[in-house]
Amino acid sequence: MNWTALSVFILFFIFVTVIGFYAARWRKGDLTQLDEWGLAGRRFGTVVTWFLLGGDLYTAYTFIAVPALLYGAGAMGFFAVPYTIVVYPFIFVVMPRLWSVSRKHGYVTASDFVRGRYNSSTLALAVAITGILATMPYIALQLVGMQAVISAMGFKNTGLAGELPLIIAFAILAVYTYSSGLRAPASIAIVKDVMIYITIIVAVIVIPMKLGGFGTIFDSAKEALSTHNPPGSFILGKGSFMAYGTLAFGSALALFLYPHSLTGVLSSNSRNTIKKNAAILPAYSLVLGFITLLGFMALAAHVNAKSGNDAIPALFLQMFPDWFSGFAFAAIAIGALVPAAIMSIAAANLFTRNIYREYINPNCSPKQESGMAKLISLLVKVGALGFIIFFPKEYAINLQLLGGIWILQTFPSVIIGLYTNWFNRWALVIGWFVGMLAGTMMAFSQNLKSIYPLHLFGSTITGYAALYALILNFIVAIILTYVFKAMGMNNGKDQTTEEDYKAA
Amino acid sequence: MNTEKSRKSKFSFWYVLLLVPFITTLFPGMYAFDEPRLMGFPFFYWYQLAMILLSGVLTIIVYVKTKEK
Repeated sequence: MNWTALSVFILFFIFVTVIGFYAARWRKGDLTQLDEWGLAGRRFGTVVTWFLLGGDLYTAYTFIAVPALLYGAGAMGFFAVPYTIVVYPFIFVVMPRLWSVSRKHGYVTASDFVRGRYNSSTLALAVAITGILATMPYIALQLVGMQAVISAMGFKNTGLAGELPLIIAFAILAVYTYSSGLRAPASIAIVKDVMIYITIIVAVIVIPMKLGGFGTIFDSAKEALSTHNPPGSFILGKGSFMAYGTLAFGSALALFLYPHSLTGVLSSNSRNTIKKNAAILPAYSLVLGFITLLGFMALAAHVNAKSGNDAIPALFLQMFPDWFSGFAFAAIAIGALVPAAIMSIAAANLFTRNIYREYINPNCSPKQESGMAKLISLLVKVGALGFIIFFPKEYAINLQLLGGIWILQTFPSVIIGLYTNWFNRWALVIGWFVGMLAGTMMAFSQNLKSIYPLHLFGSTITGYAALYALILNFIVAIILTYVFKAMGMNNGKDQTTEEDYKAA
Repeated sequence: MNTEKSRKSKFSFWYVLLLVPFITTLFPGMYAFDEPRLMGFPFFYWYQLAMILLSGVLTIIVYVKTKEK
């Protein structure tokens, strides 16, 4: 057991716990309203939104898994960088529209919006279920990240003793999310970010100094990759161009369909806040780029990790004094709490608004609604914890990959819906279904990898299955819209007007 | 109808700048090379890091130019 690291780790953990509970009083609102509990009253300015979105998108799992990809497979793992490059211009254009229309009509979820736009509770249900399905394994993955640093400090990976720290951490998280709502992760995100920035700045200065500079790091990584079985690629090979580009593009389109990223967007106080954030969040991508390169540093330092996920914690222990490793591990673990809290809130919002109020208790009071959301946020976390404890973690990883494929299938209803209600609602439902089915089948046919070799007109294009499924989804939705319109089927009454999408 | 038209004409060509990051980063054939290196970083890696900066700068420009009152 590494007591020094563990003590520092626990110290910081207690610190954020206090903040989490105190958060309820911050910019106080009536927490028995879903708007207040789940979106913090839509009052977050540029700075808080930055931390919230940053905490949302750059998670513990990112810090552990993305460098692990580089450590294991080489250049392909760097796809996270172009992905975060193209995502912000996209957000800049699209998300202010969603913010405006949601504010105008009091929408809390993407599903609320779809319900209003197409007057279709079936389509809204499809979007809500997809969101919840895609979020659950994502929360579980945060636990995988946390587990990696906890085991690096000397806890055994298995058995109740090994799981206990994880259970305690999650129980604390569950309680303060319950009481403070979105305010808790928002305030903790600030601490987390400061810690992550300190860790990464120290890492990119100290580690290259110890290893003889970046040139040496890249060269030894290149050498180490060539000995892998199968050999890793140091520079992306021709055969992977399409996979790399489509993965980056598809992931970028999918990112802001995830309920938790939308929560970050909807909780901000103006359109300008969102636009400003799209312009300044790339600073975070730069950090991500360097974090990713830690994978190569681990190769150059001859870190010998059993699984890729252990590579970065092992690298820290090798390079830093124990107290600083403890600090870095705390940063990563807190980096798991923030997104896990936001994700559970987002999933709870979806369930409450689009399933509970829609199908179970249509006449619920605002207080009942927010009470239900609080309860669901607890259940979601217990579910994720149970998942990690009772199933091999490969399940969580594979389910998360599937989640990416699934969530992208809501693109036509949600994102295109922001621009036009041309599509027929039933055509969208059927398109969504076909996309879900096709995407899942593609992933299963590749042993749950998300890269699919598409055979088309005698040639093979290997790309991101989510994007292929989305194209199919679009084709079906377009054709059926023409068919349904020809049959004289009317679309439901649109609750929104063109003006709503621009309202400040 | 009139307000609709005046809004449409307000579409700003500055938005076109936002397409640049898509073109420069989604086609790795353009940058999947080892040389030239910069401070030890192979081209493949420093090019993409540089594109983060470029994309950020472009977005800031568009933000400033299209700022809503």
